Amino acid sequence: MTDVMDPGFDTHSTEAPGRPFRFRVFRYKQGDRAPHFEEFSLHVAEDTTVLDALTAIRNRLDPTLVLRHSCFHASCGTCGLRVNDREAMACVTKVVDLKSPVIKVEPIANQALVADLVTDMVDFYARFNAIGRAFVQAVAGPPDAATPEGVGHYSRFENCIECGLCLSACPIVASDPRYLGPAALAAAWRAVEEPRGLDPNAILQLTDDEQGSWRCHAAFECSEACPANVDPAGAIMLLRQRQVGEQLRSMLGGRRR
Amino acid sequence: MSQASSAPHVVVVGGGGTGAAVAHDLVLRGMSITLVERGELTSGTTGRHHGLLHSGARYAVKDRESAVECIEENRILRRIAPGSFELNDGLFVAITPEDEACEPLFFESCLASGVPARRVTREEALRMEPNLNPALRCAVQVPDGTMDAMRLPLRFFATARRNGATIKPFTEAVAMTIVQNPGGRCVTGVAVQDHMNGRRYEIGADIVVNATGPWGEKIARLAGVDVPIQPSPGILVAVRGRYCNMVINRLHESGDGDIVLPQRELSVIGTSSWVTDDPDHLAVPANHVEEMFRQGSAMIPAIRSAQTRATWSAARPLIGERGASTGRELSRTFKCFDHAAEDGVEGFVTISGGKATTLRAMAEATADVICRKLGIESPCRTREYPLLAHTDYYA
Repeated sequence: MTDVMDPGFDTHSTEAPGRPFRFRVFRYKQGDRAPHFEEFSLHVAEDTTVLDALTAIRNRLDPTLVLRHSCFHASCGTCGLRVNDREAMACVTKVVDLKSPVIKVEPIANQALVADLVTDMVDFYARFNAIGRAFVQAVAGPPDAATPEGVGHYSRFENCIECGLCLSACPIVASDPRYLGPAALAAAWRAVEEPRGLDPNAILQLTDDEQGSWRCHAAFECSEACPANVDPAGAIMLLRQRQVGEQLRSMLGGRRR
Repeated sequence: MSQASSAPHVVVVGGGGTGAAVAHDLVLRGMSITLVERGELTSGTTGRHHGLLHSGARYAVKDRESAVECIEENRILRRIAPGSFELNDGLFVAITPEDEACEPLFFESCLASGVPARRVTREEALRMEPNLNPALRCAVQVPDGTMDAMRLPLRFFATARRNGATIKPFTEAVAMTIVQNPGGRCVTGVAVQDHMNGRRYEIGADIVVNATGPWGEKIARLAGVDVPIQPSPGILVAVRGRYCNMVINRLHESGDGDIVLPQRELSVIGTSSWVTDDPDHLAVPANHVEEMFRQGSAMIPAIRSAQTRATWSAARPLIGERGASTGRELSRTFKCFDHAAEDGVEGFVTISGGKATTLRAMAEATADVICRKLGIESPCRTREYPLLAHTDYYA
């Protein structure tokens, strides 16, 4: 297989003869008095993503535009943005699917702005650190799958890709900076379900208050925004159920499990 | 720049895995480090790779040097970065009689390269990975793994920064400061543009390291030198659904679409190979996407009807001669160029080639060259030095 395949039609092209779109991009540099929007025009093909368009703008039209990106397949979580007022991973959002001739692109909300489309992730990780979660979880294979010799059990990384879209979408995070937020609470529930050396009771108690699971108003915006099907809102509801169960158990004189 | 000590100051250009590991290594050898990257960390080739922690088996038959490097680094990374990998091993599967005919040489070459390999029968392979093509004839198990392409390098960045390195993303190298000495030209610093505030300034350096992968030629040109780096893109396809837990490779000569890796709830199929001059404009050719599905489904038939999550391209930074056609004929090992020796330019070093699995070894080789140039005797410590968690980068 040494014959090179001729690189044919580019399904992610940002050049004519694709369809023309206008991109209204949030711009801000440190020291600016206020952010503003700047408009760029590009042609896109059927599979061109918002991230393809933004990197094309950076490479061809304005090399000073900054944005975060890394893996291009919604596994790293860096290119989470607000696209036409909805949270989206830019790398898996096709421009033509947005069904709008104008594409507005902004950084995620509720996080400190660095410049242009870049936000600071320090706050996001600070929330996780309060939970002390483990990073690798077991994976269930098909029921009849056997693990190979020398491998104790199959493992995989967390489903959460640490993109921050849930924090951006959450109406409570927007109004209450002390709220732990959906990503960390989802991680808390994961650790309760599968402790891997952590103490589930400590995590239950840590999140059992007005800045934890009980601050959530069940708007489910986080689960809507999550690109990795973590379902943080569902996890928060399960966390509450367990916390109530533990409270009842202790009221009835039982010991916490 | 506030450099606390009189330690030599090294500026690393390029915030991918290689730059991360170079910064980590040099800081541990007592140097003062500033790393600049024009975009987010790992936004070039590093973040886009398939996430394979190579066992070396892939190279055992035709590129033994790379195979030996891979298995050695595979063992070291498991030790210094626990938790960063899915250590589910890999299977090389023989689907056709022609594949099966390759098995004895493949198996022997793995062992000869130091890659632990175990022969697996058809039945056992299907028990381990029930989605495999039932027509498969036999398989070989090797210690491949998968990694998070961004978060492993972030651990190097986190550790380097904790030890004193200055890491500057969104800061683009736009020019080199060059002085003309009687003995020749010497790079003494880098002019950068800070894209967070629009300011342009200079960073002085005793040595500048070009760790920009496929952009290496462009950066070297700023210093007036030419390096033989051939950007060689390949396409990757991520489909929804985790069709395997192990890394599934086709047991035959390396070719297009011959690997499927699990990544969280996705499966990633790779890859193809062509050559380009401009790593900023990578096409995602329709015919290559189709080929990934065709070849991937030869190993795991269900992939044929899987839903596409993403298609993208990444450019390998291969070292080679101009005129290579596919990139496959070029070695996957790495090289550190001291431009004093090769081009008469002092103070400037390029590291290129290699792959994500060998990032630490690439850094060790580069740091050895730098220490020699600066007359510093300081052994490499990165083989045993445990890395901080990726989250510590944001601490």
